[in-house]
Amino acid sequence: MAIGLHDSDFKNPVVRWIDARLPVFTMMQKEYGTFPTPRNFNYFWNFGALAMINLMIMIATGIFLAMHYTPHTTMAFDSVERIMRDVNYGWLLRYVHANGASMFFIVVYIHIWRGLWYGSYKAPRELLWMLGVVIFLLMMATAFMGYVLPWGQMSFWGATVITNLFSAIPLIGPDIVTWLWGGFSVDNPTLNRFYSLHYLLPFVIVGVVFLHVAALHITGSNNPLGIDPKGPQDTIPFHPYYTIKDSVGVVAYLVVFAILVFFMPNYLGHPDNYIPANPLVTPAHIVPEWYFLPYYAILRAVPDKLGGVVLMFASIAVLFVLPWLDTSPVRSMRFRPLAKWFLVLWGICFLVLMWAGGKPAEGTYVAIARVATFYYFLYFLVILPLLGRLERPLSLPESIARPVLRGGGPLPAGAAAQPMEKA
Amino acid sequence: MADTMAQQRGAQHGATSPGDDGEPRRDFLKLVAGSFAAVGVGAMAWPFIASMNPARDVLALSTTEVDLSPIAVGSAVTVVWRGKPVFVRNRTAEEVQAARAAPLSQLPDPQADQARVMRDPWLIVVGICTHLGCVPLGQKPTDPRGDYGGWFCPCHGSHYDTSGRIRKGPAPANLVVPEYAFTSDTQIRIG
Amino acid sequence: MSVFGNTVRATFRATFRALALGAGLLLGAGAAPALAAGEATAIPDHRFSFEGLFGTYDRASAQRGFQVYKEVCAACHAMKQLSYRNLRELGLSDAEVRAIAATVEVQDGPNDEGQMFERPARPSDRFRSPFPNENAARAANNGAYPPDLSVIAKAREGGADYLHALLTGYSDPPPGVTLMDGMNYNRYFPGHQIAMAQPLNEGQVTFHDGTNATVEQMAHDVATFLAWAAEPEMEERKRMGVRLIMFLTILGGLAYAVKRRIWQDVH
Repeated sequence: MAIGLHDSDFKNPVVRWIDARLPVFTMMQKEYGTFPTPRNFNYFWNFGALAMINLMIMIATGIFLAMHYTPHTTMAFDSVERIMRDVNYGWLLRYVHANGASMFFIVVYIHIWRGLWYGSYKAPRELLWMLGVVIFLLMMATAFMGYVLPWGQMSFWGATVITNLFSAIPLIGPDIVTWLWGGFSVDNPTLNRFYSLHYLLPFVIVGVVFLHVAALHITGSNNPLGIDPKGPQDTIPFHPYYTIKDSVGVVAYLVVFAILVFFMPNYLGHPDNYIPANPLVTPAHIVPEWYFLPYYAILRAVPDKLGGVVLMFASIAVLFVLPWLDTSPVRSMRFRPLAKWFLVLWGICFLVLMWAGGKPAEGTYVAIARVATFYYFLYFLVILPLLGRLERPLSLPESIARPVLRGGGPLPAGAAAQPMEKA
Repeated sequence: MADTMAQQRGAQHGATSPGDDGEPRRDFLKLVAGSFAAVGVGAMAWPFIASMNPARDVLALSTTEVDLSPIAVGSAVTVVWRGKPVFVRNRTAEEVQAARAAPLSQLPDPQADQARVMRDPWLIVVGICTHLGCVPLGQKPTDPRGDYGGWFCPCHGSHYDTSGRIRKGPAPANLVVPEYAFTSDTQIRIG
Repeated sequence: MSVFGNTVRATFRATFRALALGAGLLLGAGAAPALAAGEATAIPDHRFSFEGLFGTYDRASAQRGFQVYKEVCAACHAMKQLSYRNLRELGLSDAEVRAIAATVEVQDGPNDEGQMFERPARPSDRFRSPFPNENAARAANNGAYPPDLSVIAKAREGGADYLHALLTGYSDPPPGVTLMDGMNYNRYFPGHQIAMAQPLNEGQVTFHDGTNATVEQMAHDVATFLAWAAEPEMEERKRMGVRLIMFLTILGGLAYAVKRRIWQDVH
C-alpha cells in the first residue's frame, strides 16, 4: 500500500481504487453498514430516516416545480394553475410538494416527541439536539416562504401578518419590516426574495442535517431504555437490521403520504389560497398552515404585541436550553414515574394549542390557549428542573440485552462469543 | 475496532450461513422485495422526466395558421411556428421554372421541387439553415438571395435555390419543409 | 358561531380522517381546516358522481353544466385558467370544440401595422373573459366583483356541494331580515346577503339532450362542470392513487416479511 493512500478493505478493484484515494465507501460502510446501533429500537426510531427521505422528496419536487413557476405577482397564481393543468404530471409534483411540507412536519414533530420521551436531548447529545432545533427553525422559515409563492389570499395575508411580527421590535421594528418587504407592503420584491430564499434554505437544511447526523454518529443513538450500550451484546450493525426496519417504516409513511396526495390533496390546505391575492381585501379568518397553529395560539394568547412575539419565539428558544433544564440523570420516561405524566400533559397542551390556534381569537379559545401556553412553559422552566431533584426514578435495567432477551434465551449468534472490544 | 467486530457479527447474521432451513426463501423474498422497490423507484422517476417535456399548452400552440391572400406574387412573409421562422413565398413562374430546371444530379441533397410543394407557387420552408441554425437572408426585397435566387445564409455562406434546396456552401441538407395543409385556397395550417 | 361548511364533505373526509388518524400521524388534522367567519347555514351534502375513491365526472352532466356556464354565468364570470381545448376532456369532439371556440371573438395582435385586432378564437385560446379587468367588472356590477370560476370549487369551503347549495339557496328573506340595497337573500351565502341575483330560473337553457332544465338540474350540472374545471386531473389522480396504494401494500408486506426474517435471530 502506497504511502498516503487509505488502506481499503474492499475487494472490487474499482471500488478499492477509489476508496484508497477517497474513502467514501469505507465511510459509508462504517456509518451506515457496520455502525453499531442499540438493538432495542422501536418504530419511533424510524422518523429520523423518514425526515431525511422527506427532505429529499421536497428538494426533488421543488427543483422541478421551479422549472415552471414564475415568481411575479401578476403571474405566480396563474403559473401554479398552469403547473396543475398543462405541465405533464405538474399536479402530482405540486401536490407532493405541498402535502410533503405537511408530512415533513408530521414526521419531525413525532421525531421531536421521540426525543422528549426518551430523553435524547441529554448528555452527551446536547449539541445533536440543538442542531435538530436549528433544522426545525429552518424548516419553519422555508415552509412559511414556500406557502407565499402561490400568491393566493392566504399566501399574501400570511406573509403580511408574519412579517408584521417584526414591527413589534422597539424602535427599529418598522424599518426592519420595510427592509423585509423591500417596499411599503408585501409586493413583488417580497415575492422575489421569498422565492430566492425558499430555494436556498433547503440546502442549508441539508448542511445542518449532515452535522446532525455527524454528531449522532459520534455519540451513538439513544434507545428506548435510555441507557448506554455496555458492549457488543447490546448493539447490532445498522445494516441490515435497521435498513430493513426503516424500509418498513418508509412504506407505511408513503401510504399515508399517498392517501393525502391522491385522495385529499387540499385537505390540509385552505380554500382561500385558491383565491388570487388581493391586497385590498383581508379574508374573514386568517390562519396559518396547521403546523404553525400551536405557535400562532401562543402569539395570540398574550394581550401585548411585543409580549406575544417574544413568547412565541421563546417557545422554540426554550428547546435550546432543554438539555440543562432537565436535571434528571435518567433519560427514558419509562423509568420516570412522575415526569412521564407531566410530559404527556405537555403533549396534550401542544395539541390543544394547535386546536386553539385554528379558532378565532376570542372568548374561551383565548382563555384555553392561555392555560395551555402557561403549562407549555411551566413544564420546561419549573417542572423539569424540580423533578430531577424530587422524583425517584425506577431502577434502571442492567443492560440493553437483558430485558430484551425473553426468558434469558440464547444470545444471538456471535454476540456472546466475541470479546468485548468496545466496552 | 468496533467496526471489525460488527462486521464479523454482520457476516454471521448475513444471508449466507448454510444449513438454515429458511435461507432459500429469505433470498427469494429479498430478491422479490428488492425488485419491487426498484420498480417503484424507477416509476417514480418518470413524472419528473415527463414534466420537462413540452406542456399541454405548448403543444396546443404547435400549429400556426397563415392567411395567404395578402402575399403578392414574388414576395414572401415570415411567420413564427413553434418559436421558429417559417418562410412562406409566393413564387413567380420564372422562379418555379428555375427550380424545376435544375438537374437533380447537381444537387447535394437531391429532391424534386414537386416533392417540396403542394401547390406550385407556394413554397413553405422552415427558415433555419441546416448547417448550424442561422436564419438565411432573402425574405426582404433588399436582401441578398445568393447565387441561385433563393436564400443566402450569411453565417457560413450557404446558397439555397428557389425551392429552398442547398446548392453551394457548407449546409448538408435542404431547408426543411414543415408539415402543413391548405385549409382553404388562401389559408394554410402549419403543424 | 356556526362552522361554515364544517359538516360539508363530511362523509368524504371522515373516511380518510379515520384512516389518517388511525395511522396516528395527522396530529393536527382536526384543527387544520379553518373556518370562514360569518353566519351561514350548514351546507347539505349533495350526491355527485365524482365523489369517493373511484368517482368520475359525469360527462353528460358536465357538458350540460358547460352550456349553463356559457349561456348564463359567462355573462359576468370569467374562467381564465381554462382553454377551449380543455373541453375535449369533457367528451366534445375536436370539431365541436373548434365550433364553440369560433363563436367567440378574442383579441390578438399586434398585427404588422401595430394594431390589436379581433379574430375568432381557436381551441388553444383561453376562455374569453366578459370584462377586460377587475375594475370594469366591478363598474358593471354595482361594485361587486364576480369572481373567476376556474378554481371556484377549490376556493370555497364545501366545494361543489356549496356551489349547488348556493345556486338553489335563493328565497325571500325571512321576516325581520332587511336586505341592503341591491342585495339578495341566500340561505347558504355567508351573511346571507349576496350581490348576485338568482342566476338560474326554470327553463332558462334548452339542453341539447332534452334534459328538463329545472333549477335543481342546472345547479347540479354547473356544479359538476365547475368541479371538473377546478380539478381536471382528479380522475387520473385517483386512478394513480389506487394503483400506488395497491403497490405499496404489496411492497409493505414484502418488506415486513424480509424484516421478520432478518430479525428472527435477534429476538
